[in-house]
Amino acid sequence: MRKMKKTHITETLDDRIFACVASFLMFLLLIICVYPLYFVVIASFSRPEMVSTGRVILFPRGFTTIGYDKIFQDSMIFRGFLNSAFYTVAGTLINLIVTLPAAYALSRKDLVGRNPIMIFFIVTMYFNGGMIPTYLLIQNLGLYNNPIVLLVCTALVVYNMIIARTFFENTIPYEMLEAAKIDGCSNTRFFCTIVLPLSKTMIAVIALYYGVQHWNSYMNALLYIDDQEWKPLQLILRELLISTNAMSSMLQGSESAEEQQNLTSIMQYGIIVVSTLPMMIVFPFVQKYFVKGVMIGAVKG
Amino acid sequence: MQANYSAAENKAGGLVQNERKKKRKQAAMRQNKTGIWRRIGVNYELYIFLIPAVVYTAIFLYGPMYGVLMAFKDYNMLEGVMGSPWVGLKHFQRFFQGYNFWSTLFNTLLLSLYYLAATLPLPVILAIIFNNVKNGMFKKSVQLAAYAPNFISVVVLVGIMKIVFAPDTGVFNIVIEKLFHVETADVFGRPEYFRHLYVWSGVWQTLGWNSIIYVAALTGISPELYEAFTVDGANRLQKIRYLELPSILPTVVIVLILNTGSIMNIGFEKVYLMQTPLNLSVSETLPTYLYKMGVINNDYGLATAVGFFNSAVSCILLVIVNTVAKKLGDSSLF
Repeated sequence: MRKMKKTHITETLDDRIFACVASFLMFLLLIICVYPLYFVVIASFSRPEMVSTGRVILFPRGFTTIGYDKIFQDSMIFRGFLNSAFYTVAGTLINLIVTLPAAYALSRKDLVGRNPIMIFFIVTMYFNGGMIPTYLLIQNLGLYNNPIVLLVCTALVVYNMIIARTFFENTIPYEMLEAAKIDGCSNTRFFCTIVLPLSKTMIAVIALYYGVQHWNSYMNALLYIDDQEWKPLQLILRELLISTNAMSSMLQGSESAEEQQNLTSIMQYGIIVVSTLPMMIVFPFVQKYFVKGVMIGAVKG
Repeated sequence: MQANYSAAENKAGGLVQNERKKKRKQAAMRQNKTGIWRRIGVNYELYIFLIPAVVYTAIFLYGPMYGVLMAFKDYNMLEGVMGSPWVGLKHFQRFFQGYNFWSTLFNTLLLSLYYLAATLPLPVILAIIFNNVKNGMFKKSVQLAAYAPNFISVVVLVGIMKIVFAPDTGVFNIVIEKLFHVETADVFGRPEYFRHLYVWSGVWQTLGWNSIIYVAALTGISPELYEAFTVDGANRLQKIRYLELPSILPTVVIVLILNTGSIMNIGFEKVYLMQTPLNLSVSETLPTYLYKMGVINNDYGLATAVGFFNSAVSCILLVIVNTVAKKLGDSSLF
């Protein structure tokens, strides 16, 4: 009796210690993840001298929006923003048009040659021609420096197609197809009027995966786009944030060197905020879909 | 005689039977064949559904594969890949004998292994913590915050690092100076910090996101098992050690194998952005070298050879890890 009581007490103590440690670690993680982003936001609203002397820690000091004023006046950043928006929306649409029908066809067990076709796709997940042969292919196709290349060169991500296929397999019962067929429904009509409306969640997941990828990618643009006019935002950001020369040439004017330095830094904070804002606004609302996507993918794994 | 006759009859009967069997088989095959065509015909729309994906894959993913031949040829724009003359292993020789071959290979392997070693265990620990904390507002907001860095682009990530770790004006240096009164250095530019910066910024970005898959695996553990452990008097740490860790081990192994397969390639974007002339001695990796040789210097043969070599190394790593995983446990990819 006494013994049981004792174990009971030690167990709760264990649990309490564990809960304390776990909460502490989670709190630490919260700060580590959020603070850098929070800092960039407050720094973008503070006077650069305050930031560079380390007086901006928790709140903006010397509130100013001069960085944002400069950013919104700049036509290059604006153009990049529009380009990226276009690539993201149009690119994602193309992705969906390519991915969803193919995924549905592959989810059908009565598709003759299903396994060979699947292998045809899966091979590309492990083997590819590499950067240079792809680069030359794009040149030979006449797509170099053509904005279309950013829409089509990643038209299909096989992993996303597998997620969609797994979802269709698990949620669209075969009996439903049979019933529809008896009523004289064609495959196309079944897909458009029954399958797609039943798969809204999954379509959201896939669209978001593709959308994030389009918005954040700079690699393909670095390789295939040379024209300033068609560069996506990430590439312009790279020029402004990472190679500082572009920034100072942008600010050429009457300002002194020190003022230029200050302007550069506040604008860099502002640019980070402006470019990341769309993702950060959308993200909390859609994160549960992302989590679902990982889970569907994991089931397959 | 009688016996002979009956044997012959039997034989004849057998022949007839054989013939019948053959005919039946043929008929079945014919039917099967028409069956296949009919089954294809009935679902012809499904093949139309597949056309865009197949065409894309054939052109953009399979198309470049034959370009790998360029590694063995002196590529000439006018003659194309097929028409260019064979040169055997010349490009590989140039690459292996280049002054920076060993350092580049070493940098690539070290960076990849360090990254793998840091990014593999931490999400597991985080998932176990999440799993053992009560659901509530606090847990939800921590999860939300932990996923957020995953949606920041590499360019912005490197940009933030560059600003925060700037030598005189960066917040990091100012805070360190105020707290510990030590002289600080140019963390972003100095070669000795490059690897740590690369790896730990990667951890920061992917930690929360990578924990999702383990959380999913943990929620799959049956509550009855937990009850059994409680009845046997196991405390929380024992449950983690003897129940939760063994249950997610297969997932960890699969993730490890998948990461090994892709790790030689994924680093390019970030390494290239973080590269400065100062840290070139540690930041020059196979993919960045390939990019410079191929796209900037237009030395396609050498660049393709580097790419080929890179794929071969990652293939070997994948097979090694897979074999070790198979030997040690039951889970493996193939």
